This record gives sequence, structure tokens and C-alpha cells, in this order.
Amino acid sequence: MQKFQVLNGLVAPLDRANVDTDAIIPKQFLKSIQRAGFGPNLFDAWRYLDVGEPGMDPASRQPNPDFVLNLPRYQGASVLLARENFGCGSSREHAPWALEDFGFRAVIAPSFADIFHNNCYKNGVLPIILPDAVVSQLFEAVEAQPGYRLVVDLAAQQVRLADGTAHGFDIDPFRKYCMLEGLDDIGLTLRHAADITAFEAARKAAQPWLFNGAAQ
Amino acid sequence: MAAQTLYDKLWQSHVVRSEDDGTALIYIDRHLVHEVTSPQAFEGLRLHGRPLWRVSSILATADHNVPTRPVKEIADPISRLQVTTLDQNCAANGITEFAMGDHRQGIVHVIGPEQGATLPGMTVVCGDSHTSTHGAFAALAMGIGTSEVEHVMATQCLISKKARAMLVRVDGDLRPGVTAKDVALAIIGVIGTAGGTGYAIEFGGSAIRALSMEGRMTLCNMAIEAGARNGMVAADDTTIDYLRGRPYAPTAAQWDAAVAVWRTLHSDAGAVFDRTVVLDAATIEPLVTWGTSPEMVTGVNGRVPDPAAESDPVRRQGMEKALAYMDLQPNTPITDIRIDKVFIGSCTNSRIEDLRAAAAVVRGGRVAANVTLALVVPGSGLVKLQAEQEGLHQVFLDAGFEWRNPGCSMCLGMNDDRLSAGERCASTSNRNFEGRQGAGGRTHLVSPQMAAAAALAGHFVDVRTLQH
Repeated sequence: MQKFQVLNGLVAPLDRANVDTDAIIPKQFLKSIQRAGFGPNLFDAWRYLDVGEPGMDPASRQPNPDFVLNLPRYQGASVLLARENFGCGSSREHAPWALEDFGFRAVIAPSFADIFHNNCYKNGVLPIILPDAVVSQLFEAVEAQPGYRLVVDLAAQQVRLADGTAHGFDIDPFRKYCMLEGLDDIGLTLRHAADITAFEAARKAAQPWLFNGAAQ
Repeated sequence: MAAQTLYDKLWQSHVVRSEDDGTALIYIDRHLVHEVTSPQAFEGLRLHGRPLWRVSSILATADHNVPTRPVKEIADPISRLQVTTLDQNCAANGITEFAMGDHRQGIVHVIGPEQGATLPGMTVVCGDSHTSTHGAFAALAMGIGTSEVEHVMATQCLISKKARAMLVRVDGDLRPGVTAKDVALAIIGVIGTAGGTGYAIEFGGSAIRALSMEGRMTLCNMAIEAGARNGMVAADDTTIDYLRGRPYAPTAAQWDAAVAVWRTLHSDAGAVFDRTVVLDAATIEPLVTWGTSPEMVTGVNGRVPDPAAESDPVRRQGMEKALAYMDLQPNTPITDIRIDKVFIGSCTNSRIEDLRAAAAVVRGGRVAANVTLALVVPGSGLVKLQAEQEGLHQVFLDAGFEWRNPGCSMCLGMNDDRLSAGERCASTSNRNFEGRQGAGGRTHLVSPQMAAAAALAGHFVDVRTLQH
């Protein structure tokens, strides 16, 4: 996972609530057994006028000229501005993979769905929760000013605007540490292997039926 | 000791260690695996040279991509590769897999409980958001992403933080023709699709106690559609009776010891919840979704709402987009909405009780002429077998339904069962998102009874008034 420290990025606004993971990356692209390559199909059904299927050459597709990410002013955006309950629906980690592959490193919204929120941290995409009113102000500012950029400073837990305004955000210390360092949390957990082994042994002694394996 | 919620008990009994900020390592008892969210996890383990921590905790099956027509192999090479990759990963690691062709194969959230692989007091994870289903057994069950699938495979633990506790109490008795699916949609209609975000929901009250295990699974299945990663129901005689004799369930002396533990898996009197929502069962009627989010729902005798009456601009815009996508006009009676296809299946509603209920409505009727496809997809090979032993398949076939092999099928159309652009479907599945059942397809979520009734009428109809 790549480290996340300070991001100075162009902001793209996606002005609708309850954007679900089926919209972020439609089901037909979930057949891939790879972790990479989902960016061309991010928001596929909104982004293209033709129906996308795996293996299609993105250059042969018909982009929807009205979809916000296709507008010239948002090319190269790395911060996605969104509305409430972003990422609701399925647990597909292909959603943050697609966002990351497309070039987004941070998503700002008033709220996120739990599983999506959690999946973002595992992939170096920072989900930032800001108050509804602040998000609405950002939508207005992004709309009003082509080339609108902001700075996300993870160490300081701040979103900083060009006018000097700073908005703080919350993040669990453990997640922050993993994001800042680009750490693999499996390696961190395995440092506690002795604790896990002891817990498991006690549990098996107390409730052996929980350890019934399958009859092949 | 202070009174504890069921969630408190389940959480506390699985904490391996916790950090100062509340982050905890939670031990995982059961890991269910399917073909879509696991290949990258197995690959990650291989790249790092990490072994699986406890292979016997895993039960795998292929469900999302599998065809529901009888075929020897999957025609789509990309789907086929995903399924054979699961087969290879399971074989290489000694994981039990109910592969395509095994009579126990089926939707992962149907086969876990069916096998007794989901037991009260367990933590259950799967790379699938509908893992909340297993909470029906007083288990702490949650959907996880692929990185977490890899983490659980490597460490038998999940890094997690305790959620807040919500009690959704449904008091009184459900009226005839009203099902667990309607209860789930009613709850989502009240609290919204983000209402459960950050919460673990316990469903209680007399209406929930009266539900079968199938009904409780339907309800917990849709906890995620309310935003909650976990849904759960306390263990009782219904739970215990369901589990007796299942392949993975304990036997003999271990059974008695297990039952003694399971009897403690309920919220204590006086346990405090962060939020309590109360519904009166008698007020719930058969429901139909009209939009592109499960919270966009109304009674079958209601009308499509008018966005002009919504004061919140973000919500109004959401309604307008939904109605445009669904091609519906405000104030249209729900019973005037004509359908093209019917899907009875999915991890929400494909169990034997669902099929019995749908068949009872269908018996002696005919699928309406305007319905081009009415599919019944049992949740597992064993559900299919049981339904056939009961003659249910013949009821469906006689009426013009298709009787298929088990899988996720048209809930999300990763196989070739899907809606075409513009088609409208009465579906017993769980999500009515844009494109969910096929690009441009329009989904209305309903109970199995209501889907069956719509199939016969060709439009939505109150199943309680259906005559044929």
C-alpha cells in the first residue's frame, strides 16, 4: 500500500447521495481475479453511454459528455467530493480499487457506509468525514472555481482550503499510523500471534463444537 | 455484573486483545468464502508466503458466477476462470468447497446455516455484505472486504472497533400475508439506508420471536441495507430446533453443553442500547420499493411519491433521479405498475419456506402474458432437492415459471440471468440499485408471496386480495 501523507489535489464533485458500490464499479467487472485495472470502469454506467463489459478497450467506448468526471475541468482530480452514505451496498473492495486506480486518493463526504469506509483504508484511499454544511460549501466552491484544489494533511488531520480555512477530521490512531506508513496490517497482527494462539486454545477447550471442520 | 446486550456478549467473548483507542483484534470462528472476493486474498497470501491460520474454519462455495441452467461448464471464460481459481485455491490449501456440481453447493448465506456451519455464539465473516444473514443465529456476523478476507485467512482475526448497539423491536403479530421481508423493508423505510451505519442491530419483540429461522435470516440479511454491518436475533428454541442434526452441529454430550451456552445468548433484562426503534407489527403491510434505494419503499396499496413534496433538496434530487431511472410518474398507484420479469431467489429469499410461500400463491395459476420470464432459483442444491420432494417445482413449472439450479443469479446478474435495459422486475432480492440486476434494468423489491402474485397478475397486486 502506498503511503498517504500530504495530498494537494484537484477536487471533483459527485453531487448525489447514497452512491452505492454497484454504481462505483458494476458487477460485470468483479469477475477479474486481479487487484488492479479497475480504474477505466469506475462509475462505468454513468461514465459511458454504451454498456461496458470486461475486456473492452476504453478508447473504443462512448464517454457520457455530461458525467462530471468526463468534464475537462476535472481531469486529473485526486479528491472526490461526495454526499451522504457514499459507498453503500456490497462489500466489494473493487470499489476502492477502482477509485485508487482512477487516481483518487481521498474521498470527502458527510458520511460513508461502514464496509466501504473500512476498505478504503486498506488501499491508501483516505475517506474523510466533514460536516454536512462544510461539504455543501465545498460543493459550491468547487462549482464556482474551475481548478479548485485543496490540501489533505493526514498527520495534522486537516483539510486545508486555498483561503486558509482548515477543517479538522477524525481518524482512528491505528488506521492513521497504517496510512501514514503504508503498512500491511497482517504483518502487524502477526506480531500478536502468541496471543491469538492462546485465545484459540482456551476457546477450543471451552467450546470445542465451534471448531468442527467440514465433513469432506 | 451490568446487564449486557447480546452484542456486548458476542463482542466480549471474541476480543483477543484491544488497544487504547478501542481498536481490537477479534477472533473469527467461521470464514465463508466465495469466488468473487477471494482470489486476490489467496494471491496476497502467496506473494507474502503466508500460510492459512486455520483451514478448518473455512467453508467455500461458488455462487455469484454459476449458471442456473444445467451446463457442464461456464460459457463465459472470465466467469469460468474466477470459479476454477476458487477450486484451485481450495484444493491447494485443503479447504472444504462445495463446488459446482456438488449437491450441497449454493448461495454462501444459505449453505452456511443449512450445514450448521453457522452456530450461535460464533463470529462469522465472509467477503460479502450479506453475511449479516448469519446473525439470525445469535452470531456476530459481518461482511468484509478482500483485504480483510486475507487478514482473517492469515491471522484468524479481524481488526475492528465495537459498534454502537441498536434495538429494533417489532411488537405484536404480523398480519397474514406480511412476511419477514416486509418487516425488513418497513424498518429500512423508517430508519433509512444509512440509519444503521455504525450500529450493530438486534431485532427483538414478539413479532421477531414468532419468525422461523428462515424469516430471521431474511431480516438479518437486510440489516446491511439499513447500513448496519451486523444484524442479530437472540437464540431460542427456534434456533436450537433448526440446528439439531445439521452436519456441522455438535452431537451427544457436546450438543447439551452447546445448548447450555446458547441459552445465554440474548440481551439481559435492563440492557442498555444506544438507540431503540419500535414498530407495531400490525401496521406493516406488504411493501414494494419504487426507487433505486431500499428505503424508497411504500405499501402495495400506496402510490409513487411526488418529489415536489420533499423539502430536503438532496433527497428531492435523489427521488427525481430515481423516478427518472425507474420510468415512473409521481402519484402512480403501485398496483398500476406492470412488470416484465419476476425473480424469486437470492440470499434474502431462496430458502424452503420462501419457496413454499411463493408456491402457495402460484398453485393453480398462470404467469401473466406480459411477464416474459419468471425465475425461481433455489438457494442451494439441498433446498432444490427438498422443494422437488415436496412437489413445489411442479407448481412453478405448471404455472409457467422456470425452475433453475442454485446460485446468486439475477440478484446481481454476474451469471447470464439478468434484466435487459428498460425491463422491470418484481424481485425477492435485496438491492434495487441502478443496474443491479442488469444495465438499465428496473428492480422492485418484494416478498416471495408478492413476487408470485405479481407474476400471475402481470403487475403488483396485494397478495391478500389475489384471486385466481
